[in-house]
Amino acid sequence: MTRRLPAQAGEVINRSTPLSFKWDGGNLSAFEGDTIASALLANDKRIVSRSMKYHRPRGYLTADFWDPNGFVQVGDDPNVRSGHRLVENGMTIDPQNVWPSLDYDMKAANGLVGRFLTAGFYYKTFIKPQAMWPVYEKVLARFAPGGTVDLDTPHGYHDKRYAHPDVVVAGGGPAGMAAAISAASLGARVMLVEHEHALGGHLRWGNAEDRRLLDELRGKVEGAGVEILTNSTVTGRYEDNWTAIVQRSHPIAVERLIKARAKVLVVAPGLIERPYVFTGNDKPGVMLSGAVRRLINMYAVKPGERAVVFTGNADGDAAIVDLERVGVTVARVVDARQGENIVVAKGGAKALDSVELSDGSVIEADLLVTAVGWTAPTSLLNMAGDRPVYHAGSARFYPSAEIHNVLATGGIAGDGDADQLLAHAEATGRLAANRAAAVAHRVQDLTARALPVQGPEPTWPEDDRQSLPRDSHPALFRSTTHGIVDYSEDVDSKDLVAAAKEGYDSVELLKRYTTATMGPSQGKLETVNTVAVLAEARGETIQEVGTTVWRPPYAPITLGALGGRVFEPVRVSSIQSWHEANGATPILAGAWVRPDHYGDPAAEVTNTRTNVGIIDVTPLGKLDLQGPDVPKLLNHLYTNKWSQLPVGSVRYGIMCAEDGVVLDDGVTGRLSDNRYLMTTTSSGAATIWEWAENWLQTEHPDWQVHVTPVTSGFTSINVAGPKSRALVSRLVDNVDLGPDAFDYMQVRSGTVAGVPNCFMWRIGFTGELSFELHVPSGHGLHVWTALLEMGNDLGVKPFGLEAQRIMRLEKGHFIVGQDTDGLTKAPSLGMNGLIKLDKDDFAGKPELAWAMEQSLPSLVAIQTTDPAEVPTEASQIVRAGTNEILGRITSSRMSPTLDRSICLGQVLPEAAPAGTELTIVMIDGRRITARVMEHQAHFDPEGQRLRG
Amino acid sequence: MLLVPCPNCGPRNSADLRYFGESHERPNPASASPHEWRSYLYLEDNPADWLKESWFCRSGCRRYFTLERHTGTNEFRSPPMPGNKVGGKA
Repeated sequence: MTRRLPAQAGEVINRSTPLSFKWDGGNLSAFEGDTIASALLANDKRIVSRSMKYHRPRGYLTADFWDPNGFVQVGDDPNVRSGHRLVENGMTIDPQNVWPSLDYDMKAANGLVGRFLTAGFYYKTFIKPQAMWPVYEKVLARFAPGGTVDLDTPHGYHDKRYAHPDVVVAGGGPAGMAAAISAASLGARVMLVEHEHALGGHLRWGNAEDRRLLDELRGKVEGAGVEILTNSTVTGRYEDNWTAIVQRSHPIAVERLIKARAKVLVVAPGLIERPYVFTGNDKPGVMLSGAVRRLINMYAVKPGERAVVFTGNADGDAAIVDLERVGVTVARVVDARQGENIVVAKGGAKALDSVELSDGSVIEADLLVTAVGWTAPTSLLNMAGDRPVYHAGSARFYPSAEIHNVLATGGIAGDGDADQLLAHAEATGRLAANRAAAVAHRVQDLTARALPVQGPEPTWPEDDRQSLPRDSHPALFRSTTHGIVDYSEDVDSKDLVAAAKEGYDSVELLKRYTTATMGPSQGKLETVNTVAVLAEARGETIQEVGTTVWRPPYAPITLGALGGRVFEPVRVSSIQSWHEANGATPILAGAWVRPDHYGDPAAEVTNTRTNVGIIDVTPLGKLDLQGPDVPKLLNHLYTNKWSQLPVGSVRYGIMCAEDGVVLDDGVTGRLSDNRYLMTTTSSGAATIWEWAENWLQTEHPDWQVHVTPVTSGFTSINVAGPKSRALVSRLVDNVDLGPDAFDYMQVRSGTVAGVPNCFMWRIGFTGELSFELHVPSGHGLHVWTALLEMGNDLGVKPFGLEAQRIMRLEKGHFIVGQDTDGLTKAPSLGMNGLIKLDKDDFAGKPELAWAMEQSLPSLVAIQTTDPAEVPTEASQIVRAGTNEILGRITSSRMSPTLDRSICLGQVLPEAAPAGTELTIVMIDGRRITARVMEHQAHFDPEGQRLRG
Repeated sequence: MLLVPCPNCGPRNSADLRYFGESHERPNPASASPHEWRSYLYLEDNPADWLKESWFCRSGCRRYFTLERHTGTNEFRSPPMPGNKVGGKA
């Protein structure tokens, strides 16, 4: 049976394009322009879902975006709002939250024990014993509502956009359109954002006069140079009018998140019709007047055969006209303005069959229409700091605050006839445009150095809008019976009263305890009824109770839209193509992708210790420092002394923050009189650049130093191993590499493999004789391959980050951030010789002076008694026989060189002396013993090899 | 998100800058008591009033500067000035 009506004057369906779709396994037809809801109702499918807790059959209540009953599964897309989503040809749509089927739902048994599931039921029932929580979780998960997530669903393409309009208008009804038109006529750049699929708001389901006005406004706004975004929602307003707009109508992206910095935000969302609370108000067949009018006028769907209409306003009256026009028998009009009331909607489980009135009469009907008033969706105003105030005469909330860059218009601001509302909206548009100009001037004035301000500061445009009248309206929230308040959470007014009696009688507590207003409708339908029921329970007025605060998002937003496109650059060295072609296993280190190893890190260690290895260390932070005052800067950043560093020398240093905590370490070399090259840790490169600039710009602006980051400007290659000198000397001919001419901790510049202007220095994180080459990055790959070709007979092989980490641990070299943490002060490192308190000043000096007198944890080398045991990093070190923590393992590896487990760890002073026996708690709970070593270096503590 | 008036780049989203909180004078390291030094490191007045704060325009001009902001309204007042030492928070 079809409920499709003959053509209606304002219908939005295209009858020349029929569509077919599957619903709950069966084939149905629709027209282009149908929502899933209108298509289902046109096919006489009146039950669309089962309610969350009691699994009661539910039909459409509002048949729009906010319908609390219309959540369906569309293919692999769960929780689709069927009152909003348009039907597409071939769609597969299924009901959610039903088992085994929509018509026969086993869980409806919950309804039979309904009182058992009162407010706080889950909190009270599933709290003890705690050991049962995992079981409870599994059981409750089965009863959780919602659709099915398919983990194999391909990722949709989501996008982001940044926009800088003068005015954003939230809401494309008559007021929003009129405001946009008048703002644009004054030259403002305007974005008009409409939640629904087309502009028009309530004019879309109105009468002939409404349709004429809609055509006129639509024509004007389309010619006004306004950017119109339909099927898009302003979901949030944040500081300085940073507005988040979700665009669901983008031609390519599934959704696009627009971050718009509006100078002025106009809030014109209209009003949302409020359901009435009475027994049976969730039976299929009970609908709001707006739903009925949308179905008839926009979708040409006959919502029932015999109706009772409960009306308290003109919209309810208009619904009667619409119903009668399309042949629905209006069996009874119950006029709330005459003191009439409805009490119970009766019928079987699945459908309404009659309505009981307050005068005791019972009227047969398959449709009950209610028109009891409005909720003002003040969300965006709330987010701007407004606290709406209740007006008893018109039975709704109004904005109360004057916010200079957020203006409300339309139904949210008041009533009146069309002329009054349009005049208010036009005045709002003008005010918005003028204030946007003034805001732009103010912002520009603060940054006049960047761009000079044009003209004098405009006078601040005052709000001289004529305020709108407020129509009187009966206060209709709950009848004399109890019924559903929150449809999507299945919360009854009895639950609210019971919760208030239990002491949850503040509106914010009541909300959290009963979950009323916390479902997918997010309070759009149920907030005011919740407040009204609570006010009644407390014997107070609605204003005294107040409302919950509406927070972002205005409408639920997908995680995909929030994630959007990720703008995260990945950094690679100029040698990356070679690494990829030669079997490197990549590792992500900060923003860098670099080789972790080339197959066998232990073999890479052995080859480097035996022959020669090369590693790409390009991510090493590099700062080019120039100017006469570089030594002052170095003295300030490092804890040791730098005034006497000769040209051609390199020195190691530790940097601390002002709290004495180790910030970074590295070497800096003096290339010429006024030029130095500083290296930082790979992860600290950005921080140290900022740190150096901080001191130069704020505390010592008189120092003449220029800092240039050159991390990516040079490709850095460390050549390490006993045969490294032999290898490097084959590529370098203008620098004497001999041990006497180019000593440990020295720097030279020269030509490497024909590439001039390279720097090389002798340092060694691996503990081997090493030459670190810094090559202009365009030639990095050339030098890398030249090293491999020229060193073939020397056994040269590349090694990755893992081999370097093993070798540095064998040498006992710490890594800042691995072996130190946010509390590790420099004296813990065992390098107090590098902390020079006789310098006048340096970063962190006072803290370090005090720290030197304290007993701090120490970083020590540790070896396990059983050489095969490698404790996991971060394993705790405890006092034997207790759980008292004495320290922890900060680094651990199996050493291929020593063929045993080696560690670094931080321990309390009492456990730091060499030879102390330690107890380590392994990750599986076993306790093993270990010993503190005499030197931090497990291997070659005298440093013979690296000085070779 | 705050719109921060950078003196060189113009209005910028606060995510483009680094915020250091209240601007502090760095005490003389030679004579500061532990209390003075740690007040500089960790303590802020946090008034509901105009407040001088330090910013670093990380994604733009890379200059440090201070701005006066009203903590109640988030309004910025004075043109930016060269920054005071921001202290401790590298």
